[in-house]
Amino acid sequence: MSQRQVLQVFEQYQKARTQFVQTVAELATRPQNIETLQNAGVMSLLRPLLLDVVPTIQQTAALALGRLANYNDDLAEAVVKGDILPQLVYSLAEQNRFYKKAAAFVLRAVGKHSPQLAQAIVDCGALDTLVICLEDFDPGVKEAAAWALGYIARHNAELSQAVVDAGAVPLLVLCIQEPEIALKRIAASALSDISKHSPELAQTVVDAGAIAHLAQMILNPDAKLKRQVLSALSQIAKHSVDLAEMGVEAEIFPVVLTCLKDSDEYVKKNAATLIREIAKHTPELSQLIVNAGGVAAVIDCIGNCKGNVRLPGIMMLGYVAAHSENLAMAVIISKGVPQLSICLSEEREDHIKAAAAWALGQIGRHTPEHARAVAVTNVLPLLLSLYMETESSEDLQVKTKKALKNILQKCTYLPALEPLLHDAPPNILKHVVGQFSKVLPHDSKARRLFVTTGGLKKVQEIKAEPGSLLQEYINTINNCYPEEIVRILCKRRTEAEFCRCLLKAVLNLG
Amino acid sequence: MATLARLRGRLPGQREEYFHRNRAVDEYRKAEHNAAVRIQSWFRGCRVRAYIRYLNKMMIIIQKWWRGYQGRKHFRKMVETAYFIMKMNFYNEMAVRIQKRWRGYYIRKYIHNYYALKKYLEAISVNNEIVRKELEEFAEMKEKEKEKKDLEREEKKKDHQARKMHYLLSTEQMPGVYNSPFRQSPDPMEVRLRKARPFSHRQQQIKKHLADEISDWPTCTSALTFPTMKPLPPIGRQKPQGPFRDTAEVLQQRYKPLEPTLRVATSINSLEKAREEIKREEWRNRINDNKFLPFSSCHKNQEYDPLIHTSSKYGQMTYGIKHFREEHHEKWVANKDFETVLPSIDLFDKFGQTYSKAGQIV
Repeated sequence: MSQRQVLQVFEQYQKARTQFVQTVAELATRPQNIETLQNAGVMSLLRPLLLDVVPTIQQTAALALGRLANYNDDLAEAVVKGDILPQLVYSLAEQNRFYKKAAAFVLRAVGKHSPQLAQAIVDCGALDTLVICLEDFDPGVKEAAAWALGYIARHNAELSQAVVDAGAVPLLVLCIQEPEIALKRIAASALSDISKHSPELAQTVVDAGAIAHLAQMILNPDAKLKRQVLSALSQIAKHSVDLAEMGVEAEIFPVVLTCLKDSDEYVKKNAATLIREIAKHTPELSQLIVNAGGVAAVIDCIGNCKGNVRLPGIMMLGYVAAHSENLAMAVIISKGVPQLSICLSEEREDHIKAAAAWALGQIGRHTPEHARAVAVTNVLPLLLSLYMETESSEDLQVKTKKALKNILQKCTYLPALEPLLHDAPPNILKHVVGQFSKVLPHDSKARRLFVTTGGLKKVQEIKAEPGSLLQEYINTINNCYPEEIVRILCKRRTEAEFCRCLLKAVLNLG
Repeated sequence: MATLARLRGRLPGQREEYFHRNRAVDEYRKAEHNAAVRIQSWFRGCRVRAYIRYLNKMMIIIQKWWRGYQGRKHFRKMVETAYFIMKMNFYNEMAVRIQKRWRGYYIRKYIHNYYALKKYLEAISVNNEIVRKELEEFAEMKEKEKEKKDLEREEKKKDHQARKMHYLLSTEQMPGVYNSPFRQSPDPMEVRLRKARPFSHRQQQIKKHLADEISDWPTCTSALTFPTMKPLPPIGRQKPQGPFRDTAEVLQQRYKPLEPTLRVATSINSLEKAREEIKREEWRNRINDNKFLPFSSCHKNQEYDPLIHTSSKYGQMTYGIKHFREEHHEKWVANKDFETVLPSIDLFDKFGQTYSKAGQIV
């Protein structure tokens, strides 16, 4: 009789504990409750429940802790300070799969906030146990462990190196080959986070044979998986020419071009990023991309998207055009220049405009043909206005100025240069007038046009220091024309000045 | 003596004369000497001049010849170099012509082949068009697939709705919500309701709240439902008049799946199979296949010690070895052993499951 009563007390206690822990776990899903929970001191109450006898209570306590730590970094720090991590790591090795998943969730939630917290996790020896979890049979445990490792490796190169030293990379590559989509996603994202910091880490990932599997998974229909896979490949390819070539050898072209037409925005962005990282290394790689029709696909992709998603595509065009004039010509005939000028005029963000201006500069700087192709689209006045606007950021101003200079130094298409004569500042005007002075002595039709459109008059109105380059150019232009015309125009100027002085004098007197 | 006198007379004057003579001679001597020197020097000079002239002439001739020789040598050299330079200029010019042609050819063919570049750019634009077209087609295909999937999802949703709300179906007496009498034809939802099979209470799934993917994901708790509902008869059919059975029951009987009894379901050699199964399992779990033979050599010399309890004066008792219990053969009913496993009775297997309800307690 009394035995049953005694046992009843224990049962009640267990029921109370279970209920407490389950309710806390459920409350922790809503952000508004977490403040209250924290003030009520939930951490210190949950900690002994981690060592509870009943496995369900342990698991639910770990789950609740994970959700709390996930919310903000103060709570994560409290988890670390409360010495909960060693206990978690210890029991991670022994318990069943639900506990392992919950414990890995806690580690992930703590590690995602800052490098110091991630370092704390590494210091308590969690990496080895997480790597052991990667070998577990249950895919959920593998996913949770891979997620935690990915978040730890995300912060900086030392933490990535620690993750690699624990031997995670071959197991992650095995995880990628598993049939479950969620596990593939997380493993791909973890590999991407590891390889993004330095070439050696990327080389380690490649040596584990990741590229072949990642390349196969580009064909998978799941959009989020494609995002992660493309991001991983681009992080690997960005470091050096060899890595980029290895990526290309895995036959990702032309499959990647179909990803540029995907309905998901981020898949398009990551695909464009991958192509950009490959194109920027050497002219041969850019040539390969051009031959596979990549430039046309990227230009279409730029046309379809808006905003930040366009940026990698724009930069890719700039890199391709920068390598050689043939590639720049290839970009021009793929109708890239109208698209870039549309971007320049439509976009609101300064950094996208700066990228578009830079790309246009790279295209137009090679030969007069290229400069003409750029100038024909009427983009030079736009560049000038962006340069002159006071609201533009410094980066934008610098890039537009450079682009203008590069294009103007090769531009011989005079109709496009005319509008620039009227409002350009002196440093740009110098180049414009210089170009006129190079072309006009040899072309009679152009000379006639120049006079009739009022360009010569405008040139006379320019004030330049004698002996400066600008004055030389002006002299060269004046020498192309018979003296009378120049004098007439000059006279008009002096007449105007004379009238002005008279007016001033009259006003002073009056 | 006269002479002497004369001489002596001349003597004082002689001294003066001698003196004068010497003096005159002296004076004349100087002049004469100077004159002689002059004459001699002039003459010597003439001689030397003639000699020098002669030498000069000879020198001139020699030098003339020598200079002529040198000049001609020099001239020959000059001609040679001029000729050489002329040749070199000619060769240079020819070389320039060759190099000009070669460089033009080489650059036009290999470095900057205008036509190859043009062809390449044209090929690129053609390739671009192809790629663009293919990508368009691919995008269209994806769009179509997405639309199809969306449509299918819509259909499924509507069917699910119809199954849930089957009670809104119109009846003979009452037109349903979707079948208003003022309409010309019933609403599509009505048609769906007519076609739909209603859910039974058991099989309506509880929608899982998928907010918590961590604990839910691998512990797949969503049950797969196979709707085992009986098919309902079509509405609107005339109910047959008379003591007929319920149409649903008849259809159920007609299309009943096979339910064999346990006796039929087990195969005829299930016993042997089970034995073999056990043997296989034991063989599988065994490490050593060799039969354990007792150490016969150890026991060769030993005699068998019979049990004390069964040994008697007249030899061993056979109880415990040959038989184990009392058996009275004359009391036996039959010669065979009792069967421990009896065959099942088919009639009893079918209790409560036959079509006819004969003999059942109502």
